[in-house]
Amino acid sequence: MIIKLSIAAALLASAAPAFAATHNVAPGENAQQELQEALILAEPGDEIVLAAGRYVLTDGISLDVDGVTVRGAGMDGTVLDFTTQADAGEGFLITSDNVTVRDFALENPKGDGIKSKGADNIVYHRIRVTWTRGPHPENGAYGIYPVESTGVLVDGVKVTGASDAGIYVGQSNGITVRNSIAEANVAGIEIENSRNALVEHNIATRNTGGILVFDLPDLPVMGGGNVIVANNLVVANDTPNFAPPGNIVAGVRRGTGIMVMANDKVLIEDNILSGNPTAPVMVIAYTQSFEDERYNPLPREVVVGENIYNGGGYDPQLEGAEMLLEAFGGELPPVLWDGLGSLAAVEGTAGWSLNLTEAGAGLDSAQPGPLAAATPSGEFDRSGIGAPAELVARLGG
Amino acid sequence: MKYAAALLGAASLALAGSFVARAEVFSPSPVIEPVNDEAIAQGMPRLLSQFRFFRDASAQVPVDRVTPYRLNTPLYSDGAEKLRFIYLPEGTAMAAQGEGLPDFPVGTALIKTFAFEQDGKRRLIETRVLLHRADGWLALPYMWNEEQTDARLAIAGARLDLTTPKGEAISYRIPNKNQCKECHGLDGEVVPIGPKARNLSHDWLGEMVSAGHLDTLPQDADQFPVWEQRESANLTAAARAYLDVNCAHCHRPGATASNSGLDLRWEQQSPEALGIGKRPVAAGRGAGGHLFDIVPGSPDSSILTYRMASPEPGVAMPELGKSTVDEEGLDIVRRWIEEMAP
Repeated sequence: MIIKLSIAAALLASAAPAFAATHNVAPGENAQQELQEALILAEPGDEIVLAAGRYVLTDGISLDVDGVTVRGAGMDGTVLDFTTQADAGEGFLITSDNVTVRDFALENPKGDGIKSKGADNIVYHRIRVTWTRGPHPENGAYGIYPVESTGVLVDGVKVTGASDAGIYVGQSNGITVRNSIAEANVAGIEIENSRNALVEHNIATRNTGGILVFDLPDLPVMGGGNVIVANNLVVANDTPNFAPPGNIVAGVRRGTGIMVMANDKVLIEDNILSGNPTAPVMVIAYTQSFEDERYNPLPREVVVGENIYNGGGYDPQLEGAEMLLEAFGGELPPVLWDGLGSLAAVEGTAGWSLNLTEAGAGLDSAQPGPLAAATPSGEFDRSGIGAPAELVARLGG
Repeated sequence: MKYAAALLGAASLALAGSFVARAEVFSPSPVIEPVNDEAIAQGMPRLLSQFRFFRDASAQVPVDRVTPYRLNTPLYSDGAEKLRFIYLPEGTAMAAQGEGLPDFPVGTALIKTFAFEQDGKRRLIETRVLLHRADGWLALPYMWNEEQTDARLAIAGARLDLTTPKGEAISYRIPNKNQCKECHGLDGEVVPIGPKARNLSHDWLGEMVSAGHLDTLPQDADQFPVWEQRESANLTAAARAYLDVNCAHCHRPGATASNSGLDLRWEQQSPEALGIGKRPVAAGRGAGGHLFDIVPGSPDSSILTYRMASPEPGVAMPELGKSTVDEEGLDIVRRWIEEMAP
């Protein structure tokens, strides 16, 4: 018996991932326990398969083993239901590297949906996070929430109802967010204090703001930049802001399409922007006071390329909106810049500028006028932007 | 008559002797069974008794080399009584390293039992062990049985209903193995939190030195006020010690809440890092409509106190390890913020 076993082991060892085991978990009374045990006892390379059905979970779950895949039976088939969650933080916390989560949903987590922190090379594929009551200030903050990670791929996810950002990537590097739907969140997709991010082929609709690229002070990782926002459908982002006051996104105006605040080198091109009544595109400096000496509040080298604009700011949530509308003939041009930092736009880009002269000093000194941006000088440097190819390859079939 | 009495006496002595002898055969005294170093070094024992930390487990009487200790300012855990012990293997000792954690030898075990009173009696709920292995620390939770004779490994944690000393009915959470790391994780490793020299008394440390368990008295030990005597302590020291013990295992660089930029460690001196005038990052509805973590002079408009005062998941801080508000801790932190010059 022992001899047989060791021969089998030797045979298995010759094929690299052959030791990988599959752990099956099914819904039921002990699902909380069984799922958490599987997540703890998994070995690198293992797959945890969640059978279809609804899992009623009263506590957040967590994974701290490298190289594990958690796979459900589809984002409508396998549902982790956190409606009765009694402890906090998030529905699912991931703190290990090379993890793949795919094909399941989380509903009504009390805090964030899935948070991966310090979890390098993570793939989120066809995950759904839904707060089923729709926009509400007491919904959790973030749906998909990778932070402090290198190598992030978010592909084919859908997030609805987040009281902050549906898909939020913070303090990370080497990021792709694509083929995803962010609907009825305060911010649809937010890239914050991150570098080398590609946001493409997404739909952002019915959010307060569609796609945000922010850099904020007083954080361990700052200096966001090298971001491309391309080929996205950013339509009808007209949900009144329902973020709890005090959060940075609580200041986002209803009807913002794509917004860049601070950051270095951001390209916005080939997007379709329609029905974003404050500003289809907004590029501004950080608006608050700060004391962090390491922080640069200005947007630098932001490039607005060719985009399709169906209308501009026809119902802007801005101070002096009536006067502005009158001055610009009933509708604000699609691109709004505060006049700080540096912005380039392809020829023919219709826009306007607040012509501010100082960051964080408020709008009192604004002298609104037509946009006078330079034309882009040369090609935008795309090298190194996006998630590592290995992550895309992991999606397989 | 006299003679007969003496005979009877001798007979009873003999009987007693045979009883003792039999007891030794069938139920060996725990004194001679040392702590199971093997269980500390590897594997995940299913039962707490396999470690042999206790001479009398249900009474929490430890064996030799397992030494009880207390912290000056402890972590709040819904008012649980906590029994803390440290085990150091034969021939080893801790090495003092200033005010922080001493250097613990491989083979060390830190043991913490959580108990609540029930029907006038102490009921042991769980015992958490931190084992210092050659490849780092391992945290394991054990849940006590109904009979209070032993505790079983609860790797996925558990919930049970109980009543706190203040009479609040709660669903008590025994953390799972990963949740242990949420608080004990630092730069990807599991580390102890509590037994830092600054939070241990000179007396206890002195006893550990005398017993050969600690190489020398650490510098800057015993700085944190003893919680029960906080009213006679410096208010800032009491509040900062409380925040260090209750918050800074996550809110510090390299730990679970590092991305918040909030650093509540005792040694942190930067007002912004401590939250003064600092805006929230990922607080969500936890901000409670407030703009800053701490507004000097105004605990009612500070996020820090708002979250401490909430029992609600998603708002309450700390996120793990408690389900009721620590009114005493909140009071100290509120008064500290109140006293700050705006």
